[in-house]
Amino acid sequence: MNKKIIMTVDDSASVRQMVSFTLRGSGYEVVEAVDGADALSKLKGPRVRMMFVDLNMPNMDGIELIRAVRSKPEYKFIPIVMLTTESQASKKQEGKAAGATGWIVKPFRPEQLVAVVKKVLG
Amino acid sequence: MDRHREAYREEAQELLAKLEASLLELEETPQNTELIGNIFRALHTIKGSGAMFGFDDIARFTHEIETVFELVRDGKLSVSKELMNLTLSSLDHIKAMLDEAESDEISKSEIIHSFRNLLLETGNWKLETGNWKLETGNRKPETENSELETENPELVQISDSDFHKNVTYRIRFHPGSDIFTNGTNPILLLNELRGIGYCSVVAQINDIPTLEDINPEACYTSWDIILTTSKGINSIKDVFIFVEDNCEIDIEMIDETGSESDTIYKKVGEILVDRGDLSTDDLNQVLETKKLFGEMLVEEKKVEVGAVESALAEQKHVKKMLGGRREKPTASSIRVPAARLDSLVDLVGELVTVQARLSQKASFQNEPELISIAEEVERLTGEIRNNTMSIRMLPIGTIFTKFKRLVRDLCNELDKEAVLVIEGGDTELDKTVIDQLNEPLMHIIRNTIDHGIEPPNVRESLGKPRQGTVHLAAEHSGPNVFIRISGDGSGINPEDIRAKAMEKGLISPDAKLTDKEIFSLIFIPGLSTAKQLSGVSGRGVGMDVVKRTIENLRGTVGISSKKGRGTTVTLKLPLTLAIIDGLLVKMDEGFFVFPLSIVEECVELAHDDLNSARQRNMMNFRGEIIPYLSLREMFMVEGKNPAIEQIIVVESRDGRVGFGVDRVMGQYQTVIKTLGKIYREVEGFSGATILGDGTVALILDIARLVRCVEDKEVFSV
Repeated sequence: MNKKIIMTVDDSASVRQMVSFTLRGSGYEVVEAVDGADALSKLKGPRVRMMFVDLNMPNMDGIELIRAVRSKPEYKFIPIVMLTTESQASKKQEGKAAGATGWIVKPFRPEQLVAVVKKVLG
Repeated sequence: MDRHREAYREEAQELLAKLEASLLELEETPQNTELIGNIFRALHTIKGSGAMFGFDDIARFTHEIETVFELVRDGKLSVSKELMNLTLSSLDHIKAMLDEAESDEISKSEIIHSFRNLLLETGNWKLETGNWKLETGNRKPETENSELETENPELVQISDSDFHKNVTYRIRFHPGSDIFTNGTNPILLLNELRGIGYCSVVAQINDIPTLEDINPEACYTSWDIILTTSKGINSIKDVFIFVEDNCEIDIEMIDETGSESDTIYKKVGEILVDRGDLSTDDLNQVLETKKLFGEMLVEEKKVEVGAVESALAEQKHVKKMLGGRREKPTASSIRVPAARLDSLVDLVGELVTVQARLSQKASFQNEPELISIAEEVERLTGEIRNNTMSIRMLPIGTIFTKFKRLVRDLCNELDKEAVLVIEGGDTELDKTVIDQLNEPLMHIIRNTIDHGIEPPNVRESLGKPRQGTVHLAAEHSGPNVFIRISGDGSGINPEDIRAKAMEKGLISPDAKLTDKEIFSLIFIPGLSTAKQLSGVSGRGVGMDVVKRTIENLRGTVGISSKKGRGTTVTLKLPLTLAIIDGLLVKMDEGFFVFPLSIVEECVELAHDDLNSARQRNMMNFRGEIIPYLSLREMFMVEGKNPAIEQIIVVESRDGRVGFGVDRVMGQYQTVIKTLGKIYREVEGFSGATILGDGTVALILDIARLVRCVEDKEVFSV
């Protein structure tokens, strides 16, 4: 089987690097995007199976991105996990309402990241 | 981790520079909300990422500033000169922390203190029971106690005193009908539950409406799950952490099996009453009559069929758990002669063929009753097949351990030091495959030690441990088993092989080959790079034999090597030889079988796409350009090309390849028969199978087929 592609959307280069490194190590392919607009344009490429979305981003923030992705028929059911910090409890609700599948709280450890992938992507 | 820390440091430096510029700009245009947003976000990133990469002090410190700017953003605090001064000096402070200079604790707490004073003056701080507490207005107490969120999940787990005790839970999982729309797959949650303990799942399908009323995007099913686990209730709650808001989830403890109770578990009626599905009055009323209890309840319309089924499953589950505890010590096995097993497999093979005939006949006659019998037989045959195959499975460790001795003897003979490390010895493989693996593995291990592992004094001078290590690892992956043999020896020098191959006239001197292609030359007969022949290897027979043996088992061999670091040989083997799941396709009047394990997708091509694919031998598959091969052309099948062609997209060694066929018939349990002597040399087929009506279908060997075409292309260029 081909490797499943996971997209990480984050304006922080170091977080993207960490997510990519961890997921590639667990046998997934990773596409990186720097903000919501970038993510949407990259979704037009090879099919993405899951997304990690940071909530605070310039151009198009995470909530808007989740809504935009959910409105695309081909990505209507894709698992989307948002990255939040502990101070964003209300954001978490907003994200869920927009259609996020789950969340992971920064700071997280690589094992947690992989556990979440296993949980929502199988 | 250091690499990540370095990346963070660079990023943070960049962000700080931008922050500084934004702050100075903000001083001139204090009402610029976009600017404030930028500043807040930059602080947020510094904080969030800082915590990820172990810069906890930076995260804590930045959190304070972020809090202040959250207020600014929400318009509760205005931009003042004092605020600017403080923020700028705190940026300098973060810079110092990034450089890991001596952290100046005094100035840090001074800055924080000044911030707090500033907030106090503007009325954004409240004094509560002697503690400073921030009121930002949008902060709720954290209620989730997920494992994902706790910084030290170990602490949570240890406090669970029932840690090793098996407890049985009844879980009712009723997903919201919109559960799919936020990307949740409930099946994965059930699988996760299965992963944490012994689990019986009963699906409740009463809510599914009739076909015309169904909304395909809604979830109508709910599940009753009986789970026996030692992991505690929190691990169950963690499974549902993402969905607890829009699903009904009841978790109830029904049996603490830590105590050895011999009592008989509750009757079905009691369970139903216990769950609130049935009232005690109704129970007693129904008990007056004497029939099978569950049936009576349903007849009387007191409960739904699903509820009874679920209660029965619970009863069975708990009985089994209780029984299991009593029977455990007497787990036993029977020894059976291998020949008897082989004949069983043959019989199953014939049964599968007959079943295929039955299914075909049934669908041909289109008689519902016969079809339902045929389907039942098909299901049972499938189960018998899987069971029989699993009986023949043996752990590969049985032959692995033999090689310890081989390594020891070889080392003595060659004056080398090496140790064999075995991993995945419990991986199971078909007995016939294991039997034939002995020779190839022996060859490879010999080569690894003879060519690869250097003598101890050489190793020492290279800075390696005196003793070399040979790893022998087996691992399951889909329908295949991977066996890796790797040594930390000298590795293969591609140039040596190239020189040798040129000397033997196997390649032309100007051939441009990638390392991968060069390594594949090793498998050509007559190539040996050992400078001197030893008693063990170097005659150039061996690797080609290995390759042939593995290919006869329908497997593949791969090799990778790093000069000075060692070589890894990877064998990819199918789990079983006798019966596979196949995809049956039709070309004109002939049938062919693709092994289903490598089929990725079936798509249709029509008109223009098809014509351009035929001309260029390439096709567009979901935006990806992949090679296209027409089976009709390859096998010179007669008849006209259909207007719409079915394309079977398969995963081959070097990427996807699309095969054009006339019609896809469907999935087919394929009993593999080897081809007779005369056809043995025909490339591209791994065998044949007999279909239900007695027709013979050829089983395609995709890897070989692709290679054939590649070779032909090379010649024609």
